[in-house]
Formats: sequence, C-alpha cells, structure tokens
Amino acid sequence: MDADIALIVDGERRAVTVDTRTTLLDALRERLGATQPKKGCDHGQCGSCTVLLDGRRHLTCLALAVAHDGAEIVTAGGLGGPGGPGSLGSPDGALHPVQQAFLDHDGFQCGYCTPGQVCSAVGVLDELRAGHPSLVTEDLAAEDPTGSDDEIRERMSGNLCRCGAYAGILAAVRQAGTQEARA
Amino acid sequence: MKELTYHRATDAAEAVALVAADSDARFLGGGTNLVDHLKLGVARPGTLVDVSRLPLDAVEELPDGGLRIGAAVRNSDLAAHPVVRRGFPAVARALLAGASGQIRHQATTAGNLLQRTRCVYFQDVTTPCNKREPGSGCSALGGYGRYNAVLGASEACVATHPSDLAVALTALDAVAVVLGPDGERRIPLTELHRLPGHHPERDTVLDHGDLVTAVELPGSAVAPASTYAKARDRASYAFALVSVAAAVDLDGDVVRDVRLAWGGVAHRPWRAYVAEEALRGAVLTEETAREAAAAELAAATTTDQTAYKVAMVRNLTAHTLLRLAGGAR
Amino acid sequence: MSADIVTQLVPDVVDARAMGRHLDRQDGVEKVTGAATYAVEHPVEGEVLHAWLVTSTTARGRVLRVDASDALDHPGVLRVLDHESAPRLADTEDRELTVLQDDRIAFRGQIVALVVATSSEAAREGALLVRVHQDEEPAEVVFDEHSATYAPEEVNAGAETDTEVGDPDAAFASAPVVIDATYVTPHEFNSPMEPHAATATWDGALLTLHDSTQAVHAVRTTLAPVLGLAPEQVRVLAPYVGGGFGSKGLPHAPEVAVALAALALPGRPVRLAVTRQQMFALTGYRTATRSRVRLGAEPDGTLLVVRHDASSQTSRIKEFAEQSATAARMMYAAPHRATTHRVAALDVPVPSWMRAPGEMPGMHAQEVALDELAVAAGIDPIDLRERNEPEVDPESGRPFNGRRLVECLRVGADRFGWSGRPAEARARAEGDWWVGTGVASATYPMLFSPGNTARIRSLGEGRYGVDVGAVDLGTGARTVLVQIAADALQVAPDCIDLAIGDTDLPFATVAGGSSGTSSWGSAIAAAAQQFRHDHGSSPDPGLHTTAASGAYADTEGHAMHSFGAVFAEARVHRWTGEVRVSRLHGVYSVGRVINPMTARSQLLGALTMGLSAALHEEGWRDPRTGHVVTQDLATYHVAAHADVRDLQAEWLEEEDHLATPMGSRGIGEIGIVGTSAAIANATFHATGVRVRSLPLTADHFLDA
Repeated sequence: MDADIALIVDGERRAVTVDTRTTLLDALRERLGATQPKKGCDHGQCGSCTVLLDGRRHLTCLALAVAHDGAEIVTAGGLGGPGGPGSLGSPDGALHPVQQAFLDHDGFQCGYCTPGQVCSAVGVLDELRAGHPSLVTEDLAAEDPTGSDDEIRERMSGNLCRCGAYAGILAAVRQAGTQEARA
Repeated sequence: MKELTYHRATDAAEAVALVAADSDARFLGGGTNLVDHLKLGVARPGTLVDVSRLPLDAVEELPDGGLRIGAAVRNSDLAAHPVVRRGFPAVARALLAGASGQIRHQATTAGNLLQRTRCVYFQDVTTPCNKREPGSGCSALGGYGRYNAVLGASEACVATHPSDLAVALTALDAVAVVLGPDGERRIPLTELHRLPGHHPERDTVLDHGDLVTAVELPGSAVAPASTYAKARDRASYAFALVSVAAAVDLDGDVVRDVRLAWGGVAHRPWRAYVAEEALRGAVLTEETAREAAAAELAAATTTDQTAYKVAMVRNLTAHTLLRLAGGAR
Repeated sequence: MSADIVTQLVPDVVDARAMGRHLDRQDGVEKVTGAATYAVEHPVEGEVLHAWLVTSTTARGRVLRVDASDALDHPGVLRVLDHESAPRLADTEDRELTVLQDDRIAFRGQIVALVVATSSEAAREGALLVRVHQDEEPAEVVFDEHSATYAPEEVNAGAETDTEVGDPDAAFASAPVVIDATYVTPHEFNSPMEPHAATATWDGALLTLHDSTQAVHAVRTTLAPVLGLAPEQVRVLAPYVGGGFGSKGLPHAPEVAVALAALALPGRPVRLAVTRQQMFALTGYRTATRSRVRLGAEPDGTLLVVRHDASSQTSRIKEFAEQSATAARMMYAAPHRATTHRVAALDVPVPSWMRAPGEMPGMHAQEVALDELAVAAGIDPIDLRERNEPEVDPESGRPFNGRRLVECLRVGADRFGWSGRPAEARARAEGDWWVGTGVASATYPMLFSPGNTARIRSLGEGRYGVDVGAVDLGTGARTVLVQIAADALQVAPDCIDLAIGDTDLPFATVAGGSSGTSSWGSAIAAAAQQFRHDHGSSPDPGLHTTAASGAYADTEGHAMHSFGAVFAEARVHRWTGEVRVSRLHGVYSVGRVINPMTARSQLLGALTMGLSAALHEEGWRDPRTGHVVTQDLATYHVAAHADVRDLQAEWLEEEDHLATPMGSRGIGEIGIVGTSAAIANATFHATGVRVRSLPLTADHFLDA
C-alpha cells in the first residue's frame, strides 16, 4: 500500500511516495537517493543509519517513513561540506566542526559508519549542552554533566565501528565539544 | 513484512477501538521493537494504528510526591527529567542503561515495558518457538542458553524479559494505567508481566486492544535512595546478563525498608519479595545481603549455561545494596 | 590503453620524501559528509531491481521443491530463481560458488532461492513467502575435541601442514618444566559495517558489478569462468568498501547469486544486500580453533622444545585450513619443535580469511602458554621471551630481515610502565576491581603478491595519473599509494591523480594479508621507474607506461616478518566478574610507516578488534542444527565505544629495503595478533584465574 509523504531532507522539502512498509532509512536511500545514512544491520544494533530527526539523533532503520510524514531530517550531508546543500550552519559549504574534527583525528577508516557517527556526535554535544545525564554521570542530580572521556565513550556507544576508530572518534568529539564550549 | 494499512490515531479511545475491533491490528509507538519484528517476520500485522503522536507525552508530578508518566514519553526525556533524576534515580539509571542514545530518543515508556524477549530463537522465524508460534516447541531448551531464565521458567519457555526500565518500575511499585475497550483500569507493574507457564505467547496480562496510556510512580520514602545496576557482556549497548533495581531505607545499619527487583533472570521483571522480607529489620552487611538473595534464589533452576546467573545476581544484589548504604549512587 | 605493453621489472629503492610524512586521507571529506558511495548506492541507469536471498533451514539434505506461488502473487515480485530455474553456471568446481545449480544442501543458511522484486519491501516479503521443501539428512556440525580430523595437504597461505625438528618426544620426557594445555578460540565473524552487497547489470555483452570487495580483479577472474564469460565481459568496481577484514577478499556465493539474477533479467540493474543475519552463513568466518600447546623448558625458562598441535573445522564442500601453528615455527628458539594442523570436515559453511588468519588464534594460544611458563618458572614474561630469542629462523636457519621483537618488548615495557609489576597474581585491587597487567608478542609474515601492474600517465603541467586496480577498504590505500607514486615519480603528492577500485585499471591483487601496499606500491614504483626511462622528466601529456613489479623481496635469503609487543591492563569486577581493558598499548616493528596517521588507525583498529575478540566475540553454532544463532550485532557482540579505553600504538623507526622498494612491510594484520593473549594474561594477573578459551566473559571470573 502506497502513501504520499513529505520529508525535509537536509533543508529541502522532498515529496515521496512510499510503501507503508518502507522504513525511513529505505525511503532516504532507495527512494530519495540520500545514501548518507547507511544500512549496517537494519535492526537498530549498529547506529550506521543515524540522522538528526527534528533535531535529535535518531535511527532511521527502526522507523516507518509513513509515521514520520513532515519530519525534518539532517544527514551528514546536510551538516556541511561540498556534498551537502550547506544551508545548515555552513553557508559557504564548509565542513561542520564535528566533521572537521573527524578528519583531524582520523576518526574513521572505511567510512561506512561515519555519517552516522558524525550525526550522533552532533546529537551528543547537544545533549551535553542540554544537561542530559548518561549512565556514567556520577551525580544524576547535577544538571551540567561534563564532557569527560567516559561520558563521550558511553554516549557514543550506540554507533559501532568495526574498523575500530573509537580512539579517533573520542578525540574528535572531545575537540568539537571544546570548540563549542569556547564559541 | 505483510502489506500494511497505516492509521494515525487522533485520540486514545479511537486507537483502542480500532485495534480492539481488528485482531490483525497493532499499536505502533516508537517502533523500536515492532519495526524490528516486522522486518524479521516475528510480527505480521495487517494494520498499524500509530499512537506515537497522541498527547500522552507529559510527565506530571502527583500530590503524594509521585509521578504520572505519559505512555509516549520518550526514554531519554524521562531519564533527563529533574524529578526522576532526583527522586527516582533507579528509574533514570535503568533507562540510561538501556539501548543507545538514539534508541532512547525513539523508544516510549509504554513500549519499553511491552518490548519482547531478545531470545535468539524468538527472533528467528526459521526456528521453533512457543512464544512466537504456540505449540512449535522451545528451541532455547537445549540450545543457546546464556541469556535464559533461571526463575519461574516453564517447559514451554525459558525466555527473559529484556527491559531495564520495567525492573526499576517493578521495584518501586509503579502502576500501569491501561485503557481498554471497556474503559480504564490500573495494573501494578508487579502484575503486568506474566510467567510463561503454558502460554508463553502472552508476555503480559493485557488483552488485545488494551493501550497503556500512563505509568504512575507512587511517592515513596525509599525511591530517592534507589539505583539500578546491570551486568552485561559489553560495557554499553547490550542487554543485561542480570540486573538489580534496589532501594533501601536504613536506620543506622538496620534495614527499615527495602525494594529489590531483578532483570535478566525471568520471563518478567522479578520482584524479590523473599529477599526483601529477609532483609527488613536486619543489619545490612555483605553476608546478610548475599543470604537474602540466596533465599530468593533457592527456587532457581539452572543449566551449565545459566548457572553463573545465580552467583552473579546474588553478588550484584549485595554490591548494589552496600553501595546504596554507603551513599554512593 | 588496454593494449599497453607491460614491462616487468624489479624496481629500485624509492627515496622517501612524501613517504613517512602526514598526508590527509584522500577520501576523508567524502566519508565524513556521506558522499562516498558504496556497493548498492551507485546511481544506475533504469529502474533498479531488488534481490533477496532465501536460505536453507537444514544443514544437510536436498531441496525437494521450491514453492514460489505465494511469493509471485505478492505485488512487486517479478521472479523467483531456484536450482531449476536459475541460469546455468559454466564451472561448478568451487562448491561454495555453485549457487542454485542442484538440489544439494551442504550447510544451514545456503542459498536455495532468490527473489527479485521492484522494491526492497516486496523482495523481503517475497523471500518470506517462498516455501522451500527440504529433505533433511543427518548432519555433522559440531567441532570439538571429539571431532574426527584429517591432515590437509597444505594449510592456508600455502604453509606446510606439519613440521618437526629434532626429537620433541625425547625432549619433553627430560624437560624440567613442562606446560601442556589446550586453548580454544570460538567462531568469529568479520562483520564489516557494510554488509556484503553488490549491484549487477548484464547488458547482453558486459556484466557490470559494483561490489563490496577487497579485490576487484579477483572477483572478475573468479566469477568470469564460473559464469561462462570471458574476463573482459566482467567489469567489477569498488570505489568505496565498508570494511572487510578478509571476508571480502574472495567472492562468495552472494556475488554469484546477484550475477545470476542480472543474467536472468538482462538490461535491469539488480541490487543485492546480504542481510546481517545471512552474513553469518554466507560470507566467511574464522573457524573455531583448538590448540594444544606444549612447552618444555629449563628451570630458568630456556625453551628446550615447542609443540603446537592445532585443529579447526572446515566445510565438506570446500577446504579451508586455518594455519594456527605456523607462528610456533619461527617465534622462539628451541632445539626441538613440532607443529601440526588437522581439520574436521563438517556440514557447515566454508571458513575463510579473517584478519591475521592463523597468527591470530595460534599466537593467542602460544602467548598464553608462554605466560603459563613464566608463572611456572617464576620468570618475568618479558625476560622469558628475551631469553628465548632466536638468532636465526629456528626452522629454516635463514637470517631474519631485522628481528626487533626484544626492542618492541623493552620499549613497550618502558612506555607502559611494566617495571614494578607484582610477580604474584591477584595482588592489586582498586575499588571494586582486581587489576592486572599482561604482555604478549605479535608477529606477522611479510607477504608480497606477484603480478601487480600499474600505469602512469602524463597529464601535463607536471601532473600524473596513476592507475592500479587496487582497493581501499578503509586501510588508507588511496592515500599511501599517492605518497608512494609521488616519491616514485619524484613529484609532490598533489601532482598525483590516483585511480583505484576498477577492473578497467591494471591488474592488482587482494587488499589482504598485509600485502596490498607492498605489492601495489612495488608495481607503482616499477611503472614510475619505467615511465621515467621511457619518457623522461618532462613528458608530454598523454604519454603513458604500464609496468609490473617483479618479486622484490628477498624471501629466499631471509625470513621476513614483522614483530610487535602488546601490553594490556585488565580490570575484573570483584562482584560480577565483568572485564574491562583499561589500557592497551602496542609497539611494532613493521618497516617504514608510509603515513603515520593512517598507519596508527590501522594498528589501533586491529588492537580494538583484538580486544573485541578477547572480551566479546563468539558465534554460537547450535549443535542440533548447525545454525549460528547469534546472527546479528545484538547477539554477536563486537566492541562498542565504551569498551575501548586508553589505547595506544607506536612503532620503531625503520626502513626495510629487503622487503619492498618503499622500505615498508605491511601493517593491516599485526595489531590483532597477540592482543587477546595479552588481555587474557592480564586477567590472570588480576585474578589468578587462568582462562584458556575466548571470549573472557564475566562468568569465568565470578568466583574470583
């Protein structure tokens, strides 16, 4: 059964006809040609399909497209860089600070989990700024968890990287967080 | 995945009426478990009634100091709620111990409680499973058993309930508010989930068409001194081998009151009443805590693959209670 | 340019200017923005079709009937191929690649039908609706100490099955100290983040395959004869590959399946993405291994005899023999030595390459055994290894090409803070954690693949095109080959336009066995040298030269290996037995490091995979059905971010011009070797509990 929906993808409104069974991930990849979110497991077990959905990091494989009609989606391509429309925080097409930090610290190898890692990292920094706790936050009542290495590791754990780039990812998120704090 | 009719409900009563009238219909909330099951073929509904946009996303403080948590409140929002963090730390920690940051943004309060077992055979439609296909047999008996139940299992099913949140809510005497075709009723968390018995296909006492609309946490003297501890095969993003939700109220070193529930050991969150009873009025020491847990575990049934759980949950219970007594977490 | 004359030469040493320095990862921006396109992401002409595999649910038997009626009734399903309706293959000798040709079922999870549909939703549902009636026969699927085994003719990488030096039995009989233990490693699965996948289009003359592979040319040369096509009729492209770690080193059955679908539906591009679950049967794995290691020593730890008897499983349809005992032939000095390999042929999927096949499980066993000897003899584990350092390769008598194991151990000990380590186990507690440290050696042979060819093209204005059919699956090849080409042509890296990942480019061998950079780089060095010879230093645009590298390395005269030392600090929770690796530090001797940034990532990544094997990974094959039931990333755990803490890798400065013209030796595998042993040794030191199997799960330490 088909359904007509609209998604705002990286700043652009896209009308698309989906099967009611189509996941948000498949709507993006197979129907809209937006292949930045990756299919690593298709079951919510790896994080490769992470995007920012209505401003929060979100798995697209465990979501039906029809249930997210009207959603605003930002992929790694929409955060910045020449590949994206550059309309979201990087009018000149420059890389997002998180993307640049991943380059600076070689926080990837094969690149397949990377767009998801990048989106997740942007979400993590937002959550830290909003004072959200994590499992390793010692004092739950404190409303300003620090961006310690342990906090970053725990919060980024929903994004598996089989190349084992975690050390670089940690350094990248730390750098981007420090830049944010200064800004 | 069968072809699907999708309907976005406008209010809870409509959603209940739609699902109750159609045995082939299911509620769709955050989707983190149901969409997984649609793809695996574990769930094959013909109609989905989307309840994720219903106005059930508020957390309200109750006069007794408790909370009423809307069914659609996302796990991450509940964990970050200031009253939950201060007054019900076991709930916050249980939420934060579950899944990943992304999934916690998607998963709802009710959906978390109603998620289904991660038994590998339940999730694989090419293998027999009484829970998925009643009467087909239990592949986990004599098969992969590391995550199997050690308490309350039956010959039909040895699956464990995977929720962390449900364990904390069970310990803290939460109540599920349920809207059914015949109106609203309240079900204590301790009674929401079932043991498998002869009908492992039924995880809970809910009937088709029942919609959990809220969870109420009563105000409690012990809840602020509660926590949740989870042992697992990975440091993060893994289901529990065993877990412990505990709350304790001490008079010096004597236990005035205590709440204990376990995850990863049974088909439902396991409220450890026997252990609680053994501890109430006792001096809390490593030994009394271990003994209390051991008393609860006297009924445990284990295999080579699950024997570790008895020692692990006993140790983790003692550790968690002693840490609470020490004031940490 | 396909009619190029190919010159073969052994290149001269390449002077390092760009090599050894930083160069930005050449495809970094594409990767961090998601613009890099993988196997099923390439835009194709025409409406794309989606294929879905249907797999067997019995481990051994026959397909009686494939009932596709319900599937074909499902909207969007176009075609269901089975063993009767699929196009015929020309060559069915390789049973792993013999897809849908007969009714035999050789393992659970084998491809028994293929659904092609207009959408992935329809394809998935179609596959569920196909009913495959199977006749089940008794199967053998359990590999354990009781399995019947045989001696293969040779083991992986062409190594000898058995070797013996001296009189091992007599040496054991008189050895003052003897360690005799069996070490077990489980089935491990490569699990790259990009599942195996391909897009195939057959236009009646040419099969175009966008594949997720480590070897475009090997896919072509393997598949063409199977499909009855000339090699020129198969073009394989792999510009980006989402990891592989060996599983994508050779084509597996899914590549044949998607090609069959394309042949059956000419003119239509067909995409096949193997599901994560299906990968556990169809795309290779590291077999479980059992290693009985016996060490006989003097009271001071000097080895008198080393014996490593290794066994593993293979498939009845195709032999793969993991070479677990080969490292025991060259690691330590001892006058008496024996190594053997045996395999059990079962009704299971075909094992294959996974990062450091042989060395990874074998060195795990040997390096834990060495730790047991250190404890038994009361010697520091580093001193023990130093005491048994051979002057020449113990079996062949050849000199090493610069064996710096002891330096790695000493440098690592210094950096890690080894001195002051309590000799006794279970001596240090911090809070709720027992804390211990462990060490292990690492080694990996220097491998070179002959036949690699590269083309240099003058683009004018000092720029050069460099073409080689290599693949970058995340290793950094796209970056280091630019550095090599720049130095070989004596120009700056930004003057190089490198093209890889396409069989239209000159022949290149697999990105595997840590041989890629050595082998492709030598070809580029040869081509550059010949290009300068042919065209001088100011060539006109359009001039080009193609050359192949002859064998450069002096493998006859020297035993060529890399070495390393891994140090681990493990914490074992006193109450739950959970294990954390708080520090992991590797020091390596790997020849010249061409790009420090990508090299560090390779080493850290392999250390991480070793940590993952140590703590988490175990594929659980159901003994009743042969089915790996831990068939997803929630039940087959690989290390998550929180599992990896203080992780460091460094290397000794060196250049090895016996090995390659670049002075490099290869770095992809060595970081995983010995890592699990160092961690296992650290958990012993923390708790006093010796665990001889992997993974080191909490239940082992509960009573500690």
